[in-house]
Amino acid sequence: MRYKDLSPAVRRSLWPIIGLFVLLLANVLISPEFFSIEIKDGRFYGSLIDVMNRAAPVALLAIGMTLVIATGGVDLSVGSVMAIAGAVSAGLIVGGVDNIAIVIGGGLLAGVAAGFVNGFLVGYFGIQPIVATLILMVAGRGIAQLINSGQIVTFHHEAFEYLGVGYLFGLPFPIILVIITFVLVQLLMRRTALGLFVEGVGANASASHYIGINDKLIKLMVYCVSGLCAAVAGMIAAADIGGSDANNAGLWLELDAILAVVIGGASLMGGRFSVFLSIIGALIIQALTITIILSGVPPKFNLLIKAAAIIVILLLQSPEFHRQIARFKKAGGAQS
Amino acid sequence: MSTDDTVLALRGVVKTFPGVKALNGVDFTLRKGEIHALLGENGAGKSTLIKVMTGVYRRNGGIIALDGTEIHPANTGDAQDLGISTVYQEVNLLPNLTVAQNVFLEREPKRFGIIDWRRMNREARELLLGYDLDIDVTAPLNSYSVAVQQLIAIARGVSMSAKVLILDEPTASLDAEEVASLFNIMRDLRDRGIGIVFVTHFLDQVYAVCDRITILRNGTLVGEYEAATLSQQDLVSHMLGKELEKAVHEKVGQAEAQTRETLFELNQGSSDVLEPLDISVCAGQVVGLAGLLGSGRTELCKLVFGVDELSQGDAKLNNQSIRFSNTRQAVVAGLGLCPEDRKKDGILGPMSIRENMIMALQNKRGWWRYIPMKKQRELAEHYVKVLKIATSDIEKPINQLSGGNQQKVILARWLAAEPKLMLLDEPTRGIDVGAHAEIIQLIRKLCDDGLGLLVASSELEELVEFADKVVVMRDRRKVAELSGSDISQQTIMQAIAGQS
Ligand SMILES: Nc1ncnc2c1ncn2[C@@H]1O[C@H](COP(=O)(O)OP(=O)(O)OP(=O)(O)O)[C@@H](O)[C@H]1O
Ligand SMILES: [Mg+2]
Repeated sequence: MRYKDLSPAVRRSLWPIIGLFVLLLANVLISPEFFSIEIKDGRFYGSLIDVMNRAAPVALLAIGMTLVIATGGVDLSVGSVMAIAGAVSAGLIVGGVDNIAIVIGGGLLAGVAAGFVNGFLVGYFGIQPIVATLILMVAGRGIAQLINSGQIVTFHHEAFEYLGVGYLFGLPFPIILVIITFVLVQLLMRRTALGLFVEGVGANASASHYIGINDKLIKLMVYCVSGLCAAVAGMIAAADIGGSDANNAGLWLELDAILAVVIGGASLMGGRFSVFLSIIGALIIQALTITIILSGVPPKFNLLIKAAAIIVILLLQSPEFHRQIARFKKAGGAQS
Repeated sequence: MSTDDTVLALRGVVKTFPGVKALNGVDFTLRKGEIHALLGENGAGKSTLIKVMTGVYRRNGGIIALDGTEIHPANTGDAQDLGISTVYQEVNLLPNLTVAQNVFLEREPKRFGIIDWRRMNREARELLLGYDLDIDVTAPLNSYSVAVQQLIAIARGVSMSAKVLILDEPTASLDAEEVASLFNIMRDLRDRGIGIVFVTHFLDQVYAVCDRITILRNGTLVGEYEAATLSQQDLVSHMLGKELEKAVHEKVGQAEAQTRETLFELNQGSSDVLEPLDISVCAGQVVGLAGLLGSGRTELCKLVFGVDELSQGDAKLNNQSIRFSNTRQAVVAGLGLCPEDRKKDGILGPMSIRENMIMALQNKRGWWRYIPMKKQRELAEHYVKVLKIATSDIEKPINQLSGGNQQKVILARWLAAEPKLMLLDEPTRGIDVGAHAEIIQLIRKLCDDGLGLLVASSELEELVEFADKVVVMRDRRKVAELSGSDISQQTIMQAIAGQS
């Protein structure tokens, strides 16, 4: 079977998966024990687990971002929302709340509220997504600082810290959270018609409106989901360090999340989406970082190598790139 | 074969898409100073042939020669430079630029190296006045209806034509007057030696302006004919590969209509753009909406469907007052609107035929009651068969279908949703003669089962053929209502012109 005979869906998913595979393989070549996983006290340890654990926050952001991008939007505020959610949870703990449900609920609520603001501006006021979410990207960090009164708030709360450093079924809890979120979102999108509506709104908002889809509500919803995912990621980050750092929590992670979705093959114009491939995208970004560290290349080359690898993956996905290659081959063949 | 006056010659042209052989060794010869019709069913390969000539697609085989030398246009700009100017089936201008900018895109009049805006606007205005289009050329293109946009695209194409002018279904949404003025311009260009390729599904238009006819079927050439010697009957059977059967139907007369229950009623309803008007549709009745471009037909459809808000008066469905605050409520209440602008308001481009078809039904059921995949496939397969949609696979993205086939998918979308009152705005735009008859038959059958129908159409023949009542609009108000045996092309035309 030739590449061009594959269905577009298969073609799209091929490259991210191959990309991840190649990266992991490279890691094995560099350090042979990369794939080895040890079991100590019923817990799995190893580089692979590490990659997944560290990729968890970006993977969570990417899940929400996938839906937003599918509607043709983008959510720049997720990094700041992480900071807000972390600050709210930390504030509750420091304020004397011990009930874990309230601490987590507070963080989630902050995330939904942020998403609601974004979604309302985009859906009901028709403000460009970049602009609408930029507002909260900038203001959000300020809000988090206010909540923290400008300090780095540290806390100790065993149940909450479990979010970042706990283990369940032998796996770090952040990985479990990604899996749970993925399954929930997947059920919501693919077992109901919501996924179809999200794609419809992204493919052609005006046509969706004529079909009778409530496009405004759909937009509101995806930003809320994105806010929720960001809140979970923010709480993981806070739990991990046992503190809330409004200046640095989730800093620039929105860009990684967008990149993960793009590596996963989604178009920024909206339409088709795959949450699974976006998570693969997040793993690729993390695996790449580890590869660079393992390979012993001087750290000053890190960003350049990362950029180059990402360009390669994006090129491989581009249909136009394949057309050009085919043309090039044909021309070469005709000459010889 | 090719004589001296051949301007464009195609020999054995092949174009394949994954899984589809869209053109299979097609020959086509265009002479200087002729209007040459390119005809065929939906999906026959007309638009593809055109796109191969103009560099949108690269051919996989065959020769294209302009004035005797082989050409390989790599993009539309190339073709333009070679002297081939094209108006594509789907308006492909830039919606956010002004009308004048669109008309003069990439050939703006300059003064001292910078764009001479005043001259550009003035010349654009003059050009459009030639098409009886008296509009503000500094407004963005997308503030005008498809029909106007189509005229603008034509004006642009015609004004650039050097050797060859290609028009792919330019008249699909134009009314009689605009068609007539377009034909005058085409004849004029022909007399100046330009070769014109004209694609249309209106056979009377073929006979009105064309000299010769080339017919395609399933990507292969059927033949080339002189228009004067080919009867319409033969033409159709060449196109379809069989005879066309036409069903006649009994009109629901005034008396009978009174015995039926009123399905929908608008009393002195008006929107921001429409004058107050009354309109009623009975169960099983087809109400036609006639009028010129901009007369308010589309606006009326939008008003009934709730896209535009009712600013005055009231609307009743099944004798209950209705007022929709969003389109979903209209769909749930049993309305459906098949919009005029297929590309902008109809298709969900990257999504599959199946998804495009089930969307309205799914929305009506609500997001939580997902239609099982098996049922979705059955529905899609069913409508592909019933509407004879030319496709190999229901999972293909809709934007890979030919224009007419896309239109059929949109129709299927609403048929599948089983509305009580269906609003069709130019429903048969771009649909071939064979499918046209079948679609009308299908719609009639639905009406017999109690569906009410409001159809806006600029095709008078179509309205006369199947409307039980015709409402004539002019200048955004209702000017006449004809029913039963009063309906004829002549009476409608008189009402439109304002002499009743
Ligand atoms: N981009 C594409 N990708 C795949 N298939 C395509 C593409 N464009 C056209 N086709 C296929 O090629 C065939 C011919 O299409 P084309 O648009 O040329 O038909 P047409 O004669 O113009 O029909 P219509 O009267 O409906 O406009 C169809 O079967 C169509 O599905
Ligand atoms: Mg076509």
